Amino acid sequence: MDIKVENLKKRYGSQHAVNDISFEVKTGEILGFLGPNGAGKTTTMKIITCYMAPSSGHVKLGNYSIHKDQEAIKRSIGYLPEHNPLYLDMPVIEYLQFSGTLQGVPKSSLRERIKAMVRMCGLDKEKHKKIGELSKGYRQRVGLAQAMIHDPEVLILDEPTTGLDPNQIVEIRELIKEIGRAKTVLLSTHILPEVEATCDRIIIINDGKIVANGSPEQLRKEASGKEISRLRIEEFIDQQSVFDQLKALPTVELVEVLEDGRFQVESKSDEFSRKNIFKLCVDNAWVLTEMTPIERDLEDVFRNVTIN
Amino acid sequence: MKNIWIIAKKELASFFDSLIAYILIVIFLGLSGFFTWLSGADVFFTGQASIEPFFAIAYWTLFFFIPALTMKMIAEEKKVGTLEFLQTKAVTDWQILLGKFFACLILVLIALVCSLPYYITISQLGPVDHGAVWCGYLGILFLSAALIGIGLLASSVTNNQIVAFLLSLFIGVFFLIVFGQLSSTFSGWLGETFDYLNLATHYNSMIRGVIDTRDIIFFSSIAIFCLFLAEMVLSRRKITE
Repeated sequence: MDIKVENLKKRYGSQHAVNDISFEVKTGEILGFLGPNGAGKTTTMKIITCYMAPSSGHVKLGNYSIHKDQEAIKRSIGYLPEHNPLYLDMPVIEYLQFSGTLQGVPKSSLRERIKAMVRMCGLDKEKHKKIGELSKGYRQRVGLAQAMIHDPEVLILDEPTTGLDPNQIVEIRELIKEIGRAKTVLLSTHILPEVEATCDRIIIINDGKIVANGSPEQLRKEASGKEISRLRIEEFIDQQSVFDQLKALPTVELVEVLEDGRFQVESKSDEFSRKNIFKLCVDNAWVLTEMTPIERDLEDVFRNVTIN
Repeated sequence: MKNIWIIAKKELASFFDSLIAYILIVIFLGLSGFFTWLSGADVFFTGQASIEPFFAIAYWTLFFFIPALTMKMIAEEKKVGTLEFLQTKAVTDWQILLGKFFACLILVLIALVCSLPYYITISQLGPVDHGAVWCGYLGILFLSAALIGIGLLASSVTNNQIVAFLLSLFIGVFFLIVFGQLSSTFSGWLGETFDYLNLATHYNSMIRGVIDTRDIIFFSSIAIFCLFLAEMVLSRRKITE
């Protein structure tokens, strides 16, 4: 089931929490929703789940509209809210039962669904405990289990790995990836490596507006634009002369000497300098022991588009 | 209807799991039993096989008992965020409210069933007007429905349980005491209006064995009006502007 968001706006008084955003998520796609705190991620998710109404704009899940088919949309969505609210005095099994019956899981298959969720989310040892007795990681698993109990076509996860240890994070990522093969997944997070590891596509939102949209590779490429290489050159006589000759190459825009003695060379836009650098070293009988292409990571991309 | 029952069942289970139900039932039976059998105008003092002292004290016990039940119903869910959990499931705000309303009403019903031994014992002591007793029980149920409505409204406007409790008592004081006082202060249509708004007027008529549709409409309309306001409070998040 595809999610289609069109010109969505949400105002709180004079402040725009979400300001005219449009995007689409296809079935079988995992979309990462990134943005600084207060950027409008959670508000967008709450509108998609029919928890709140937009000031204007439209969201469609398949053929369902948030304005007309709220009950059908709620049944099609599995939602894990930001702070994972749980009834702490309820045992895990009872909670999943409650959640399943509310989402319309037939009585005949409820037991099987609960068993499957307990197995899938690794809750077997803890299933008879009260939720209040569980660690944060297990509570997060219970939250995920309740979101998936009715086998929804769309999963919306607001910061699903908050509070988990590194092993649990890897497990949950694998789980999300597995689910994402057949379903539509929209997840928000602050953890950038997580988006890279899990998501097919990323949307970065800032001040209620979409500021970047594409696959992690695409975004990195767009953000860097220019070729950057890090060089380790040995057996030269004068560092300054190396610096000058590198700078004099026609394709090079910027040369920097790093603290450890390596050089960082940035090419001009749409130019490539690596062949020229190699030739220069050969001509001068310098020994080139390292030439590492530097890629911008998502953190740079994120900072670039979110810091005004 | 199914969703209302699912929510009511969950609330009832939580009443019993957290001991709230047992404590409130024991306090209700203890207080009403004490004043029915041992103190004030009790059965032995009046020398009549009448359950009216029980109904009189139940009126005041429920005034405190019900806000204590309803105060956490929505306020607590708002505070810990589980209301968002419920509101993103395939249920409407009305179903959530009605589920909670019926859970409280069923708990009151259970407390009333536990008080039946008082009625049975008194009926062994002498002739009892059985019709009036059943009318009285019906009166208590309708009175409870009105107080639960008020309690849920108070709980929906705040996320602090104590505020919800006090607000519920404050609104209740008007219907239980203030309007009664005002009705005796004013005469004419104003006095009559205050008298109509006084819960005791309608309750007393029912415990005397009179079932008047006006009384039933009065209690029901308070409950429905308060639930309607509570629903408006809950659905504020859906206002587009």
